[in-house]
Amino acid sequence: MRRITKYTQGLAFVLLWVTALITIGFLLLIVFFILKEGLPSVNWEFLTAYPRRMGREGGIFPTIIASLYLTLASLVIATPIGIGAAIYLTEYTREGAGTKIIRFATEILAGVPSIIFGLFGFAFLVTFLKLGFSILSGAITLALMLLPTIIRTAEEAIKSVPNSYREGSLALGATKWVTIAKVVIPAALPGIVTGIILGVGRAIGETAAVWLTVGGALRLPISIMDSARPMTLHLYTLAAEGLSLPRAYATASILIICIWIINTVANLLMARFSLKLRAQFFHGEFEAAFCDKAISGG
Amino acid sequence: MTNQERTNRKERNIRGLLFGIASVAVTGVVLIILFVFKEGWPVLFKYGPVALFTGKVWQPMTADYGMLPLIVGSTYVTLIALVIGVPLGVGCAVFLAEIASETIGKMIRPAINLLAGIPSVVYGFFGLVLLVPFLRMTVGGLGFSLLAGGIILAIMILPTIISVSEDAIRATPREYKEASLALGANHWQTIYKVLIPAARSGIMAAVVLGMGRAIGETMAVIMITGNTPLIPKSLFEPGATLTGTIGQEWAYASGEHAGALFTVGILLFGLIMIINSIALFLFGKKVES
Repeated sequence: MRRITKYTQGLAFVLLWVTALITIGFLLLIVFFILKEGLPSVNWEFLTAYPRRMGREGGIFPTIIASLYLTLASLVIATPIGIGAAIYLTEYTREGAGTKIIRFATEILAGVPSIIFGLFGFAFLVTFLKLGFSILSGAITLALMLLPTIIRTAEEAIKSVPNSYREGSLALGATKWVTIAKVVIPAALPGIVTGIILGVGRAIGETAAVWLTVGGALRLPISIMDSARPMTLHLYTLAAEGLSLPRAYATASILIICIWIINTVANLLMARFSLKLRAQFFHGEFEAAFCDKAISGG
Repeated sequence: MTNQERTNRKERNIRGLLFGIASVAVTGVVLIILFVFKEGWPVLFKYGPVALFTGKVWQPMTADYGMLPLIVGSTYVTLIALVIGVPLGVGCAVFLAEIASETIGKMIRPAINLLAGIPSVVYGFFGLVLLVPFLRMTVGGLGFSLLAGGIILAIMILPTIISVSEDAIRATPREYKEASLALGANHWQTIYKVLIPAARSGIMAAVVLGMGRAIGETMAVIMITGNTPLIPKSLFEPGATLTGTIGQEWAYASGEHAGALFTVGILLFGLIMIINSIALFLFGKKVES
């Protein structure tokens, strides 16, 4: 009998090891397969040349600029709003009906699929506000998508600033706002920056919502009202329309490398943070709500 | 006005400004609901939800907007994703929470975070260049199929399932484990009979969240399911999902057809709200007990 239970345990542990190895195996398969096929085509010319014949030839320069432009514009919108909302939620109110509504709204935003954001952006920004397919329409849509992550990471970072800091500043005669601006925010900065960096990752990787709001013009975007085609959308077009498989592999490789760098930087910054923050940094706010409850409630 | 008054006034203004900023999220949600419903409402009203959601023919050319094929397609890919993703994800979560040493955990977690960060269009591309040809060679047919979509979705929902389940398992009180071990149960018996049942609600919440993610995913699905809005006879056949149909058709849809795509959006939004509410409810239950 004892031998059987021991045997069962051994078997079960082997199976658990296997599940972990399969998970890692998927990652390695995807990353190595795409990099192996894609990296040989990535060179200076590919990064800096304009595409020719709809992307069948040439490089992807305008799409890189489009991705950066969109990411930057969406963060310019989402960062002040996210940090401001986090300050309000943590420093200016007690938990009550008001904060509940705001938190509920951020949870909904975090759960809405990106294609719905796209439909919204298309109906409201592109059509109703007549912004057209533009970087601006895409950036506003993306900003709404990034908002939950930024609010939540900033909130956690602000909460983790010791109260003695605030008390010290107030005791020295600083007003509440001065205390927040000069003491609390600087102390919470690493956490806030981590949230923003992961926002960058999400903005670069987003496709569906961007497609419905930025359009897909394959030219260098100059004005914020220009339509553009970021790298993700270019990859989709190259692959789905069968324009150029080598260029699709190369574009996918660049996307993977970007995400990898962003995750590494975020990991380094986060090393000082608690385990609790891990989920929300990487997997979005909605799941983080669960992890929070699991840790505080369980 | 004294200095003091001026300062007070400034502080009040800042407070008001921050309240306004914090309300942006609420405004955003209201606008999303408002505009998706505004555009989708006419078609919903004209044909009625029953006819739309149970209609078997999706053919915008002839004004047939039966969404059953899309609902069936979304259901199939989601179920396949769960059948593959849940055992793998929960197993991996148990492994990370109970078996892996700290060093191994530190190696695996960044890998899972990278898996979570890879853009969905890259997953779709991977499916297109590797999985679709593989299925074409092994099981025949086109390769573009609901099965292909489900397999890729399974990989995509793994990080969600793993991270939420792991946290649920870690959140079980230490005493449970100690008591079980003290009674003579071995480690596996403790995991199987004590820890997993205790973390049940959290694990179920993880599964439901993964389900929400699978239903809402667009780009990967659009690239590998074939986007054929017919009720599939088998999993090896092409199909279409709710998200994929919106993505595939929005660019050329106009008039009523465009409205119908927004109606699909309403349906999708409703499904996601129901799913997320279930997840929140499940987790609420866990916290109370």
